[in-house]
Amino acid sequence: MIQGLKNKTTSRRNFLRSAGLTSTALFLGMYLPAGAKTSKVVNLGDDVDEDGIEMNPWVIIDTNGRVTLVSHRAEMGQGVYQSIPQIIAEELEVNLKDVHIKFAQGNGKKYGSQITGGSSTIRGSYKNLLKLSATARVMLIQAAANKWKVPLTECYAEAGNVFHKPSGKKYNYGELVTDASKLHVPDNVKLKERSEYKLIGKPLLRKDAALKTNGTAGFGLDKRVPGMLFACVERNPRLRGKVKSFDDSDARAIPGVKDVFKVTMKVFNTDREGVAVVATSTWAALQGRKALKVFWDDSGFEHINSTDIYQRHEDILKNKDGLVFKEQGDVNSIFSQASDKLDVIYQTPYESHAAMEPLNCVAYYQNDKIEIWGPIQAPDWVQDFISKEFNLPAEKVIVNMTFLGGGFGRKAFLDYPHEATLISKQIGVPVQVVWTREDDIMQGPFRPGMSYRCEGVVNNGKIDAFRMKLAGQNMDNFQSDDRSKPNESSSEGFLKPYFDSIKNISIQDVPFETPVPVMWWRSVYASTNGFAYESFMDELALAAGADPIEFRKQHLNNDRLHKQLDKLIEVSGWKNRKKNEGYGMAITECFESPVAQVVKVSKNPDGGIKVDHVWAVMDCGWYVNPDIIKAQVEGSIIMALGAATIHEITFKDGLPEQHNFYDYHMPRITDIPPIDVFVMDNDADAGGVGEPGLPAFSPALTNAIFDLTGKRIRKLPFSLAEI
Amino acid sequence: MITLNVNNKNYEVDVDPNMPLLWAIRDVIGLTGTKYGCGVAQCGACTVHLDSEAVRSCVTRVSRAEGQKITTIEGLSENNDHPLQIAWNELSVPQCGYCHSGQLMSAAVLLRENPNPTDEDIDDAMAGNICRCGTYLRIRKAIHLAANMQKNGNTKG
Ligand code: FES
Ligand code: FES
Repeated sequence: MIQGLKNKTTSRRNFLRSAGLTSTALFLGMYLPAGAKTSKVVNLGDDVDEDGIEMNPWVIIDTNGRVTLVSHRAEMGQGVYQSIPQIIAEELEVNLKDVHIKFAQGNGKKYGSQITGGSSTIRGSYKNLLKLSATARVMLIQAAANKWKVPLTECYAEAGNVFHKPSGKKYNYGELVTDASKLHVPDNVKLKERSEYKLIGKPLLRKDAALKTNGTAGFGLDKRVPGMLFACVERNPRLRGKVKSFDDSDARAIPGVKDVFKVTMKVFNTDREGVAVVATSTWAALQGRKALKVFWDDSGFEHINSTDIYQRHEDILKNKDGLVFKEQGDVNSIFSQASDKLDVIYQTPYESHAAMEPLNCVAYYQNDKIEIWGPIQAPDWVQDFISKEFNLPAEKVIVNMTFLGGGFGRKAFLDYPHEATLISKQIGVPVQVVWTREDDIMQGPFRPGMSYRCEGVVNNGKIDAFRMKLAGQNMDNFQSDDRSKPNESSSEGFLKPYFDSIKNISIQDVPFETPVPVMWWRSVYASTNGFAYESFMDELALAAGADPIEFRKQHLNNDRLHKQLDKLIEVSGWKNRKKNEGYGMAITECFESPVAQVVKVSKNPDGGIKVDHVWAVMDCGWYVNPDIIKAQVEGSIIMALGAATIHEITFKDGLPEQHNFYDYHMPRITDIPPIDVFVMDNDADAGGVGEPGLPAFSPALTNAIFDLTGKRIRKLPFSLAEI
Repeated sequence: MITLNVNNKNYEVDVDPNMPLLWAIRDVIGLTGTKYGCGVAQCGACTVHLDSEAVRSCVTRVSRAEGQKITTIEGLSENNDHPLQIAWNELSVPQCGYCHSGQLMSAAVLLRENPNPTDEDIDDAMAGNICRCGTYLRIRKAIHLAANMQKNGNTKG
């Protein structure tokens, strides 16, 4: 369990700096590998780190015994507000109901990476969190043993107290924290066995639910700062053009409108120009914006159409070789000799993130200091970026995370804090920039539309050769220093053991560009790759005359995956299904967690297809809260259902064609099939939770539709009603 | 000046009578539990009660709300103990939570008018509320749980 901590040594270092111990708070933090010095003690409420101290506080205990646990990651629905404290409280031995939880400010030095993406919070932090919490507990016990002058072994910690077993005496952590903070850090504290866990692994209720049922949870849009104004921005609808001129005379006549001016924010390496209307309320800003006339210069870039995008994908997939991510064996010679070769194209749409809380940000520019509040997935990136853009030292840029009303990757971006800061700078007071739903849906950056050419040959029931070429706007490629190099995006979603069993294989990425800005979207490349890979796997299984799950098992020589697939067989009743009864399956991997799903469909009496049931088996290794995992998989499946069957972003003449939920429809309660989620139990390292449930759904669904109807769906989205 | 009665309290607001109630509640009165999601009556995030009926506050003018009793999520119960709120907590319904003020306000009207809703009744009543995080299955379950609690006179879980 402690393996993997080897680069984060705490031995022989003062866990806390005893010199200068003036206050009452004990900070216990994770050491960073390089240049880590000592921790420090600061006044409670003082959240500003000292220079050069690379120590990351998660736990604050004051002399009254109040325990504050810090969440360094964003809470956007995925449950870190519950799961980080659940981990810390386990080894620290405190009651979860007594602890206070606060969000950290952006500070990469102090907390390490804070980017809440890649389903990385738990898998990236849990070993350190366990160890630092256990270390704190041992130091508190030691402090008590010293006070009582008894052996350490006679003492134990429970519920925020240390007890002396023989005498029954006890100290509250608050009475021990000052002494404990002066102790040396013990080496290699023993962590609990899984069987000893009281909190971890239990489906404990979410602590944030209470705040989210009475209106008290503070989202970005709820942030209020004294003297704050509201702003809306009319941005270039083609996402690239320039403001030629604007007429603001009517806008300025709207009561409440204070100012109107041009603002230019950065979107990756391009500028997004717009005109901001600043007013005393959101409504006044919206009215002002409506009355504003902006004239755009949209020359100098292509005004793209969706049909052209996919046509070009197909052309390059036919005529061009890609950057080779993986190649083994001799795919070409097998393809040239094969009498029967599958050669098909799968396509997936552009999508908007459409988090329920539209983008927004409060910024307050004050010459020598900038403060930002908002629904922000990556506060450390925002801090870094804003400090560079505005030429201020990082510690003068304070980035506060609020609750996020969904993120899905979009709120790990820097454009909207940048724009808000520019507007505040211009007007000189704190400003909340409100994106309308239309802005949120139409301004991107979008999940890129993708096309995949899949070719394969089966022989004797096994895959003899397999080639997958991807064409689409590849974020990792366009941000790369060396764009002639492949990246692993093309293999995301694909299970690695396939590389062992498929001797002749080639995975390629054919670079493709448009002026449309794109970025990561929940489960990133796997969200679209998974559809291609696992639909094609179904086609290959059919060509091999094999049962789809058995076919996967044959090609996935891995005990853990076999157990997972066996579980899927068991819970879905796979073996009892009848021929062409409408069962489909898929298995994908995303952020270290494989997820396998079976979807059952039937014909709707009124026409079309009905999704009857979904079974999902998640294997995320070591886990914290099975109920949160189930919720995340349910939500991922529903998000995938939307992207597969309900919504897409299309472009015409360079303009997104969808505007709001009336034409970018969302799944609603009436669209939701029963979903059963199962979580595997094993001792593997923790994998991701928030995203991996998504990719397997759409191929499992279309494979089920094929099973029922014989119709193979190779392009998303499609309408269930129209099959 | 327009007088708005929100959660049994009178507020004098000096706003354009055409301003949607949503923005008056959030920006002028300062109660931020009611959410903006679409502004065009599509998502239900802004749902409040107007004389006990669920309305989309993003498309309800302040002038229409004048003289009526407005209830927002902050006024649904005193102590977060409406049966629906209890059920929502017991089943950890919210993920990001942004949609749930509106979900709860819609569900509250359903439960008042139909203390024993079927799945279908729930779907009918809740189809106007979008949850991007996909908490729908738990919403359905929680409404049933709340209905049971209400039936058994148990409002404290
Ligand atoms: S904000 Fe009113 S229905 Fe969406
Ligand atoms: S919980 Fe996030 S939108 Fe419903």
